[in-house]
Amino acid sequence: MSTTQPTKLQLGRIGDAVARHDATPKVTGEFAYSSDLNAAGMLWGVTVRSPHAHARIVELDISQAMRMAGVHAVLTHADVPGQKTYGLEFADQPVLAAERVRYYGEPVALVAAEEPEQARRAAAAVRVEYEVIEPVVDMERATEQPPLHTDRPTMAHGYREDERPNVVRHLVIRHGDPDAEGDITVSGVYDVGIQDQAFLGPESGLAVPDGEGGVDVYVATQWLHVDRDQVAPCLGLPPEMVRIHLAGVGGAFGGREDLSMQIHGAMLALQTTRPVKIVYNREESFFGHVHRHPARIWCEHRATRAGELVSVRIRILLDGGAYASSSTAVASNAACFAIGPYKVANALIESTCVYTNNPPCGAMRGFGAVQTCFAAEAQMDKLADELGIDPVELRLLNALGSGDTLPTGQVIEGVLPTAEVIRRAAALPVPDAEPLPRDAIRLPGGAGNTTRGEGVKRGVGFAVGFKNICYSEGFDDFTAARVLLRADGSAEIHCASAEVGQGVTDVILQVARTELGTDDVVLAAPGTAAVGSAGSASASRMTWMAAGAVRDACRAALEEQKRSGGEVDVERIYRHPRTTPLDPETGQVTGERAHVSFAVAAMRVVAEVDVDLGLTRVVWIGTAQDVGKAINPLAVEGQIEGGTAQGLGLALMEEIRTRDGLITNASFTDYLIPTALDMPPVESELIEDAEPDAPYGVKGVGEPPTVVSSAAVVSALRDATGRELARIPVRPDDVVGL
Amino acid sequence: MKIRLVVNGEAREADVWAGESLLTALRDTLELPGSKNACEQGECGSCSVLLDGDLVCACLVLAAQADGHEVTTVEGLRSEDGLHRVQQAFVEAGAVQCGFCTPGLVVATAALLERVPSPSDDVIREELSGNLCRCTGYAKIFDAVRLAASRA
Amino acid sequence: MEVITPRTLDEALRLKSERPDARPIAGGTDLLVELNFDRTRPETILNLAEVPELKGWVRENGSLRLGAGLTYTEAMAPELAELLPALAEASRTVGSPQIRNRGTIGGNLGTASPAGDAHPPLLVEDATVEIGSARGVRTLPLTEFFLGPKRNALAEDELVLAVRVDPGRQPQTFMKVGPRNAMVIAVCSLAVGIDRVRGELRAAYGSAGPVPALVTAPLDAREDFPDLVAGASSPIDDVRGTAAYRRHALRVLTKRALDRVFV
Repeated sequence: MSTTQPTKLQLGRIGDAVARHDATPKVTGEFAYSSDLNAAGMLWGVTVRSPHAHARIVELDISQAMRMAGVHAVLTHADVPGQKTYGLEFADQPVLAAERVRYYGEPVALVAAEEPEQARRAAAAVRVEYEVIEPVVDMERATEQPPLHTDRPTMAHGYREDERPNVVRHLVIRHGDPDAEGDITVSGVYDVGIQDQAFLGPESGLAVPDGEGGVDVYVATQWLHVDRDQVAPCLGLPPEMVRIHLAGVGGAFGGREDLSMQIHGAMLALQTTRPVKIVYNREESFFGHVHRHPARIWCEHRATRAGELVSVRIRILLDGGAYASSSTAVASNAACFAIGPYKVANALIESTCVYTNNPPCGAMRGFGAVQTCFAAEAQMDKLADELGIDPVELRLLNALGSGDTLPTGQVIEGVLPTAEVIRRAAALPVPDAEPLPRDAIRLPGGAGNTTRGEGVKRGVGFAVGFKNICYSEGFDDFTAARVLLRADGSAEIHCASAEVGQGVTDVILQVARTELGTDDVVLAAPGTAAVGSAGSASASRMTWMAAGAVRDACRAALEEQKRSGGEVDVERIYRHPRTTPLDPETGQVTGERAHVSFAVAAMRVVAEVDVDLGLTRVVWIGTAQDVGKAINPLAVEGQIEGGTAQGLGLALMEEIRTRDGLITNASFTDYLIPTALDMPPVESELIEDAEPDAPYGVKGVGEPPTVVSSAAVVSALRDATGRELARIPVRPDDVVGL
Repeated sequence: MKIRLVVNGEAREADVWAGESLLTALRDTLELPGSKNACEQGECGSCSVLLDGDLVCACLVLAAQADGHEVTTVEGLRSEDGLHRVQQAFVEAGAVQCGFCTPGLVVATAALLERVPSPSDDVIREELSGNLCRCTGYAKIFDAVRLAASRA
Repeated sequence: MEVITPRTLDEALRLKSERPDARPIAGGTDLLVELNFDRTRPETILNLAEVPELKGWVRENGSLRLGAGLTYTEAMAPELAELLPALAEASRTVGSPQIRNRGTIGGNLGTASPAGDAHPPLLVEDATVEIGSARGVRTLPLTEFFLGPKRNALAEDELVLAVRVDPGRQPQTFMKVGPRNAMVIAVCSLAVGIDRVRGELRAAYGSAGPVPALVTAPLDAREDFPDLVAGASSPIDDVRGTAAYRRHALRVLTKRALDRVFV
């Protein structure tokens, strides 16, 4: 096969569209992901998981497994050296189930053996006797059923007190007079299925004992320091004896915020005094991380005859599954962005997240705003239809912008160009309908060859979505960066921000090159030992936060070097503007802001639907997104295209299916994500309007496309079919009307 | 059991478990972890390799079945004088994000361009439909394929 | 566990009779999934990939003999696609290029999934299955080969050797419904052909009953045929689709297929 000489890659500064620094090792196969790691004397770890969604553990017998060939350790809850439970925000999840399992696939025991097959055989030989308990699986009935957590772990944290069993968080936002009457009312009930992050790199990592009682864990994660702060107490170790190192991350999308194998691997490594590798397979990955919350959303929109929103009432119910994870924040986000980027003087928004025995849910790209955007935008389409107003015009008429007030009472101080993104997206020219005949792959049903054009109708949809950037509600959100600036002007940057594929590494390098005025900059491998916390690669915050921290550290290093000469080593911590909690009773801001900043996107979608079979081909997508400042426009486009694909997947095909809490499609054979034949071209317009509070004016760009695209795709399907389509993913049955 | 095969032009021997896939043998025994373990059920293409020149999912080939055959992995595309043109195009077009699908896509694209030097957009889409990417939405991957084809 | 790799058909049949528990493997696209996910641990795996007699296809006295090792990619190649167009269309819907390069027609029959994509076009072609063992060779109409979900008529010492068809060279087509535009297991599938010699409409469905099944009617029953096909199916609700949808889709597909083949 032919080869070409590599052209020298441009080393970008802020604003340059440049290739990723890690692209070359990724295309050659040299880049080491967390599942690629090995160490001398390494053992393989396997997790024994619950086959039930809800059961009491009557007996746990590891004796046979212990005697099997190659086995070095079999551990249960009794072997957890320190704190028995952990959690991202609330320590409600057992490291290994003790007396009770609360979800299908919950870890019960661990095995380490010389060979993977030996570990699997021993895991199969761990005998667990369960007494099955009736599972709580209906989120609407959960608050009337026996509590899954009798100690109510999320109560008394400044949230609204709610006595009902199984409430994770209940939130009410009351704004103006929600009873205000309009000329016209539209209402609807909307459902969202459970979406999986479906990152391609399975949960995996390597734990290496240091010989002095401590441990090094090499893992794919989104937040190194918060991992350490959960792992160390469970191991009964001080934080400095647990070092978390970022291994190559094969995608994250929120699914790596919570721990997977970190404590388990470390326990096995410390017990056996050997390095231990754990790699989940695809089925196990569905049990290994939290998912996007399924939701039911009741909406009532009241408007004047001219189309001005008068009052919006929305009730949101989210199924958090067995453990809290980040559900309290998701419930809040769902509520805060429930109405969409529209002005409304009166609103009543109620959001409840409940515990059930369904798969645990937590962070996924869009974080609560995806579910409500789907519902609210369906309502806006319905309202436009009812009023006979063009849906784009209706949205423009109500568009929220700087200086306007949110239902939480927060006044938008930064940039929010809602009207601008609507106009720009609406102005993108829609491609003409293609003539027939066409090859099957250019028709709904694709390679399945189901139509030559029969039953195919075309629809054009539109939607707008927004969400917050950075952490909210008083969270102390910061990022540390360290710059080692040498006498010759070269520099080494330390920042524990997780490169999950989004390109934050390049952001850091571009900022440092710009600030230091040199191309001679390297980024050290991220770890907890060398630098302070970077916070999480989530909430569309990492670009903003890392850019701020690296900028400040670079500037401080230059000053320091000017003063002292020679080599300097400077660490700086960057904080975004402070937020404050929402009032637990009214949901109104208690200070200036509950959220730091917002980003908005509008999207136009052309779809063809085979209305007889209920199959869809999305033909074209055009979008305009508020990005603040694009540090690397090539990477921003990539985030928009990829984020759009995930929303399209939720609209059309992606759903974790359960029966009595048991996942019935834990595979890529039956959990479908979009293929190359499912994604249309995406035309994206970047609206660069610098955010005043942000370094270089940046805004996060990862989430808005996912927030808006599910809504926009379904809007096109509604246009094509004339059906309400109040549930995502839209099933062929829904389109056909069965 | 012992298998003998030619990997990336080099005669290799490996001691494998009878139930093991070629993917596991490549990654864990032959020290070639470039082929990726995303689904291990033939649904994602991240383990794509060439077996006697045919594009296959290494996860669905029994390691023992590769005995006596020739395998090319992503590690074998690069020559001493530089990246394969497909690799180079993926770098330049921004087709890589997390990169977990990339080795499989690079191998699949190289195989496609050997058979069809200037594929249409439809052919690119259909031929790469077995290679899932969760990050990019595919647009920049298609750009990379077109770029590589233009440099034949 | 052990893998045995015969180099001739005789050797393969002898090994299968000596070790009837041995799981045959050809392309591996089914068995490897079971192995990778710890769902099976057969004592012996019989690797058929090195048996030359199972490969490719030949013409024999006007009929075609498709070796059990014929891959979907080979079935899509122009010469065979012209003779068996519905099989070629079905092959195009099988997984991805990677899967089509490995998966075989014989493997599809051996697995005997109700969703097997090769089955409907072969049923419409009135295929027979050539089955071999150390005891000899027998043939069986394909309609009698499928006994239930993942159950077929092979005795424990037998292997699928080939599929025989007499291409009718009459219009036929294949369609498969799935919730995305590539890489799906059939929610339901359908092959339809006209046989003017026998004066028959022939349809065979997949994923709409415990086995893929053939439905025939006289040529003049075109109007009623969609209902007949839908009515003959016995689909279930499962994770891929509902029974009601499958029946509905079969009706739509049959109507469209008839419009395609009556030209």
